[in-house]
Amino acid sequence: MLEQHLATLPILLPLIAAPITLLLGRSLFLWIFATAISALACYFSWQLLAAALTESVLSYAVGGWPAPWGIELRVDAANAFVLLAVSALSTLVLIYSKDSIEKEIDSSKHTLYYTAHLLCLAGLSGILLTGDAFNLFVFLEISSLATYTLVSLGSDRRCLTAAFRYLVMGTIGATFILIGVGMLYMNTGTLNMLDLANRIDIYESNRTINTGLAFIMVGVSIKLALFPLHMWLPAAYTHAPSAVTAFLASTATKVAFYVMIRFIFTIFGWNYVFEEMGMDLILMVLAIVAIFKCSYMATVQSNVKTVLAYSSVAQIGYMILGVSLVSVTGLMSGLIHIFNHALMKGALFMAVGAVFYRVGSVDINAFKGLGKQMPLTMAAFTIAGLSIIGVPLTVGFVSKWYLVTAALEQQHWVVAALVLAGSLLAVVYIGRVIEAAYFQKPPASRDSNQVKEAPWLMLAPMWALVLANIYFGIDTSLTTEAARSASEWLFQTSAIAAASSVEVSQ
Amino acid sequence: MMTGFYIVISANNLVKKIVGLNVFQTSVFMLYISMGKVNGGTAPILVEGVTTYSNPLPHVLILTAIVVGVATTSVGLALIIRIKRAYGTVEENEFENQDDAI
Repeated sequence: MLEQHLATLPILLPLIAAPITLLLGRSLFLWIFATAISALACYFSWQLLAAALTESVLSYAVGGWPAPWGIELRVDAANAFVLLAVSALSTLVLIYSKDSIEKEIDSSKHTLYYTAHLLCLAGLSGILLTGDAFNLFVFLEISSLATYTLVSLGSDRRCLTAAFRYLVMGTIGATFILIGVGMLYMNTGTLNMLDLANRIDIYESNRTINTGLAFIMVGVSIKLALFPLHMWLPAAYTHAPSAVTAFLASTATKVAFYVMIRFIFTIFGWNYVFEEMGMDLILMVLAIVAIFKCSYMATVQSNVKTVLAYSSVAQIGYMILGVSLVSVTGLMSGLIHIFNHALMKGALFMAVGAVFYRVGSVDINAFKGLGKQMPLTMAAFTIAGLSIIGVPLTVGFVSKWYLVTAALEQQHWVVAALVLAGSLLAVVYIGRVIEAAYFQKPPASRDSNQVKEAPWLMLAPMWALVLANIYFGIDTSLTTEAARSASEWLFQTSAIAAASSVEVSQ
Repeated sequence: MMTGFYIVISANNLVKKIVGLNVFQTSVFMLYISMGKVNGGTAPILVEGVTTYSNPLPHVLILTAIVVGVATTSVGLALIIRIKRAYGTVEENEFENQDDAI
């Protein structure tokens, strides 16, 4: 029976567990319960990925209603791959958060933290698995509402204004997606993604569908913080508790990126979006501006969390750039970077959270001399930082390698050069922190007995991510195989949908 | 739709922003409901002698979207209450000045 309903489990488990966490009183029980649920969800997503790689597509009709009428859950290589990354990161962050939130969140609110985290996980899994455009909006809002709550749990009062701004921006984005989906429904009379793809007639210029595409693209761009719609992200990431930032930075925007891929490739078809609407050029320019503007912003910030937040926006630029190159290798580099960026940003934000746990500040001055006082944490920060830069033997190198290869395949020499130049800016902003940690003396005001290595429950998930950074940097077969089959599959289905719509229109 | 959107962007008072957001969302609900209209159709209840019905699906969809909207509004208002406690004001330019001083 479990196997039959496997596709629903990564959504249902955390969704049902979230209200139960409200009933469990003690913080320790909560932590064990939430981590166990998340680990179980991770195990099921692993099985889903294995099933998707052997059977290519799994379809599940929710409530027994068949596909075009009922809500369908569809599992393929692309979303199973992202789902596994999201649930694994969620588990690691939950393990990490036990000590971290004790320092940063008032103990009366721990229950809320775990509940909101599980709800967010349920929403994100739902977005990934659903095959229904309207259902996607609903899950998007479930995860977003949980995210606003998580951001507002920070200890600084500025987290409240950051959460409020995020709420306003996020709601506008979601409502734009709602308008876009409505336009598509008006024109096609269906909400199922595959059905939509078959009925969108790309060869007949249709203003309603064009408008729908525009609304959906802008809405998703707000959610994934594509430049210039990224203004909510740095504030929200800076003022949220460290564990929350580590989770959001490595999952929420990545899932929004997946939504964009799904809309472009599965629903609209890439030849309509890119060739007819010229979306690739818009995305490419925005991505390159994002890489440079935000990497530059990262070099001038003094709060290390803000540095990493701006760096996230720049990394989203790399992913979008991969998609805008319109090739299998380009899309593959984007998909690999979803996974790789989750590994490196997760590790970086966890290291910063550990510094906050011991030192009580994340200003760059607080990092001075930490190389000696917290050697393991700073070593983790350094390796993950090298990965962001794209040094060989780390995962960052793998994504940049495929991105540059894709750019060269398309004869975009300038783009390839700009990608490499963008990495130089990463050297600057990561280098500043490393320089402060290893080559400067700790400030005299700090009591050196107080500042010691972070507790092992924080170090273990951090180093798990760092080792994954190195492992997947050397043995790239798993990630590249999954991403290659996913991107080839996306291009293929997109072409099939286009071909079948030609048949229908004839 | 545009009125609500304009209020969200221009209003300085956070409560007004939430009101604008509500106007914006509600107008999208209206857009959906208007899609369900079928010329000459009656309410979608099976009655003998009637063959044309309005499309009930958009209405049902919007029921879900209304719930989402209510949840968003309540989270927004809860945040405003906490902002008021922390800053003593709900005017955006006033609390921005307070944080620069820190």
